[in-house]
Amino acid sequence: MAKLHVTTKINGEEVEYLCDAQDSMLDVLRGPLGLTGSKEGCGSGDCGACSITVDGRLTCACLMLAAEAEGHDIGTIEGLAQGEKLHPLQEKFIEMAALQCGICTPGVLVAAKALLDRNPDPTETEVRFWLAGNLCRCTGYDKIIRAVMDVAADMRKTVAA
Amino acid sequence: MTAQVYKWIGTRPKRPDGADKVTGRARFGADFNMPGQLIGRVLRSPHPHAVIKSIDTSAAAALPGVRAVVTAADFPEQENLIVPAGEMQVNLRDVTRTIMAREKVLYEGHPVAAVAAASEAIAKQALALIKVEYALLPHVIDVEEAMKDGAPILHDHIRTDGVQPVPTKPSNIAKRIENLKGDVAKGFAEAEVVIERKYTTAPVHQAYIEPHACLASAAEDGQVSVWTTTQGHFQVRGFCSRLLQIETSQIRVTPSEIGGGFGGKTVVYLEPVAIRLSQKSGKPVKMVMTREEVFRASGPAPGGAMTVKIGAKKDGRIVAADITIALQAGAFPGSPIGPACWCSMACYDVDNIRVVGFDVVSNRPKVAAYRAPGAPISSFAVESTIDILAQELGMDPIDLRLKNAAMKGTKTHYGPVFDRIGLVECLEAAKNSAHYKSPVKPGHARGIAAGFWFNVGADSSAAAHVGEDGTVTVISGNPDIGGSRASLALMAAEELGVDYDKVRAVIADTHSIGFNFVTGGSRVTFATGMAVVNATKDAIKELRVRAAKIWGVDPEGVVWEGGKARPAGHNVGEFEPLTLAQIAAQAGKTGGPINGHAQLNAQGAGPGFGVHIADVRVDAETGHVVIDRYTAVQDVGTAIHPSYVEGQLQGGAVQGIGWALNEEYIYNAKGHLDNAGFLDYRIPVASDLPMIETILVEVPNPHHPYGVRGVGEVPIVPPLATIANAVARACGTRMTSLPISPPRLSAALDAAPKLAAE
Repeated sequence: MAKLHVTTKINGEEVEYLCDAQDSMLDVLRGPLGLTGSKEGCGSGDCGACSITVDGRLTCACLMLAAEAEGHDIGTIEGLAQGEKLHPLQEKFIEMAALQCGICTPGVLVAAKALLDRNPDPTETEVRFWLAGNLCRCTGYDKIIRAVMDVAADMRKTVAA
Repeated sequence: MTAQVYKWIGTRPKRPDGADKVTGRARFGADFNMPGQLIGRVLRSPHPHAVIKSIDTSAAAALPGVRAVVTAADFPEQENLIVPAGEMQVNLRDVTRTIMAREKVLYEGHPVAAVAAASEAIAKQALALIKVEYALLPHVIDVEEAMKDGAPILHDHIRTDGVQPVPTKPSNIAKRIENLKGDVAKGFAEAEVVIERKYTTAPVHQAYIEPHACLASAAEDGQVSVWTTTQGHFQVRGFCSRLLQIETSQIRVTPSEIGGGFGGKTVVYLEPVAIRLSQKSGKPVKMVMTREEVFRASGPAPGGAMTVKIGAKKDGRIVAADITIALQAGAFPGSPIGPACWCSMACYDVDNIRVVGFDVVSNRPKVAAYRAPGAPISSFAVESTIDILAQELGMDPIDLRLKNAAMKGTKTHYGPVFDRIGLVECLEAAKNSAHYKSPVKPGHARGIAAGFWFNVGADSSAAAHVGEDGTVTVISGNPDIGGSRASLALMAAEELGVDYDKVRAVIADTHSIGFNFVTGGSRVTFATGMAVVNATKDAIKELRVRAAKIWGVDPEGVVWEGGKARPAGHNVGEFEPLTLAQIAAQAGKTGGPINGHAQLNAQGAGPGFGVHIADVRVDAETGHVVIDRYTAVQDVGTAIHPSYVEGQLQGGAVQGIGWALNEEYIYNAKGHLDNAGFLDYRIPVASDLPMIETILVEVPNPHHPYGVRGVGEVPIVPPLATIANAVARACGTRMTSLPISPPRLSAALDAAPKLAAE
């Protein structure tokens, strides 16, 4: 069967790839594109470890066909830091020990950024429900929630200043 | 004990693998690839119990793109020999049958064949072409059913061990054990109150987010390289060596970053199969489990069935306990029945205790260790019973436990006498906590429970290498599952008297450092930490020798203080202190490289105790339990990096909450697992939970240079009963069967003779 040719944007850069019709976005990201920061924890959209954004909207890469990326703008964990500068969420996660094994961390960070992009002042409940699709088995979520709340507060101060 | 003042111990610096893990750069099991690699896939049994009559792989082998096919015939038979594995014991005869079924399949998901092909799609196609002829057998899933006369027998060779006279008939009860202290009958005769209840818990999965994954490359000269996600790469090497008859020096295992394990990655499933496929195909073979395979075929923790009878005086003094525990081992013997029995009453100093345990096989995947294996199950039963006793006596549940608490000098029912432990301190810290002192909100209730885990020491090796610029690399061999590299670097920096950022801790493969036992038993910061401290001391000894050489004095005349070599006294002579960097810069002239090494079998792992407090509300309509507030108190010895110690308490507590409220393996009548995915096997999510408050009690372990006790496992022990006790007090219905899921609780509330207590 002929491969499909896809032109899309990933982390701001134009990318072309060939894929099979049944390939998931996660297959292509982790395979031919070598972007292994997105993790496969379940392949069924239940764990959130492969969280990406599509035109700014939070999505599980395992639930999207690679062919569907044509003409869209994909954001992955690899696009979160700018050059050698980590995103404030990344800095805060390290500082506050909001990760243990780290397998869920890329997905949690992508999801948390998507939250703060649309809601700079979330309540704890809003953070908890927004991240309810990102399973973490190590931390009990406490330090993750605190880190996201802290970053939101810091970013609001920066905007206000 | 006087409080120690440390420069680095107890601080919270950034972990060395932090940047890699927040950017996606860190490489986990499935992130390793090699040029020309094949993809391996496993064919699994659709039946819970059947004889394999024949396997025909010819059509699969003939499919273009298929490079190798293996079945049990490709693995040598193993003798009936028990070897240690993590915190469990395993039998190699059974391990080879776990990685590939031989005469029978014993659970749905049991591997029967595997293929390596040019792509995953071809591999899947090939699996569909393998013809297996089965003769179905009756199956048994439940532990109590499996113990009954007439139950389908899994293994004809099993005679119950520990029973006299030796039984003549096969049984699913693989072993009976008994711990006895004092005279139980005499104890109950003195009791003024006796509580007796029966309990069950469901089997649960470790549910690490990263599925099992490995890549194996076998070269033509017999050398094998493996990259894998594991809690113990030396364990992987050992298993593969025995199962495939390859000398250990021929197998190099490199651990990837590990995406959670909790005990479940202390055994092998894929690695021997990937190696065999690589040997047969001559190509590297990568294998990754799907989530469904993880649930169906990797080690869950057992379900349990228990009876607990406790007798006490009216003042709360417990005088006797009689406990029976039966655990599901899964398809092969080897549940954590020993630890379940030992941990059951370890919190209490009681004169008369009998604990009887049964290790029972049934048609489910063979269990693997899960965080304090066995302890949460037996503790749930005992701590629930003690809560009922407190209610019966009208006593505060913390006061009741304080009255009976184990302490230094207490002789346990399984033998050892406790050295310095911190249960009393934990109970007092819980009692004095802001949480416990706060009023219980209307419509809520509060539960507490205590828990215990021994913690493990065992074998560790470490090295400390001084670089030419005076910075130090600390090398050890335990996969870092939750921040241990930071803790090891902190201890080395403290010992050396240099800054934390001058020390880098790395994890070496099996060829690059001596043997390290698995990352398990809460042992790494304790045992490998001790090896790191000793390796660092060894390097310091050499640094003193070099300073002595530079000064032309005797090495005995040089001391190491504050990161510098100094003369031991004025009689040695007047010399400017030499820094690590200064000595390192002259190493070439004073004797070459400066390194330290250590290897040890660590003894004296300090037992750990915890006390948890939960405030809950029960929705009487739906049976939904809402946790409003939660506090975990634990004696952590010394918190080397307090943030990661807190993280262990929080994560363990939430796993225990999942065990209490939601998690269970659900089998249908055909013996098939009905919920092999994260949608239906529901682990706690962020919106289920409040913040998890932590109180770190520090009673230093006298057997570690920095007072370390293991901390990772204790926190999963108390939550099961903590939640059940809170629920009982919230709605007046005592749930003796886990999980307390909404359908079960609402059914129990509907069946309750009277409405919820006021």
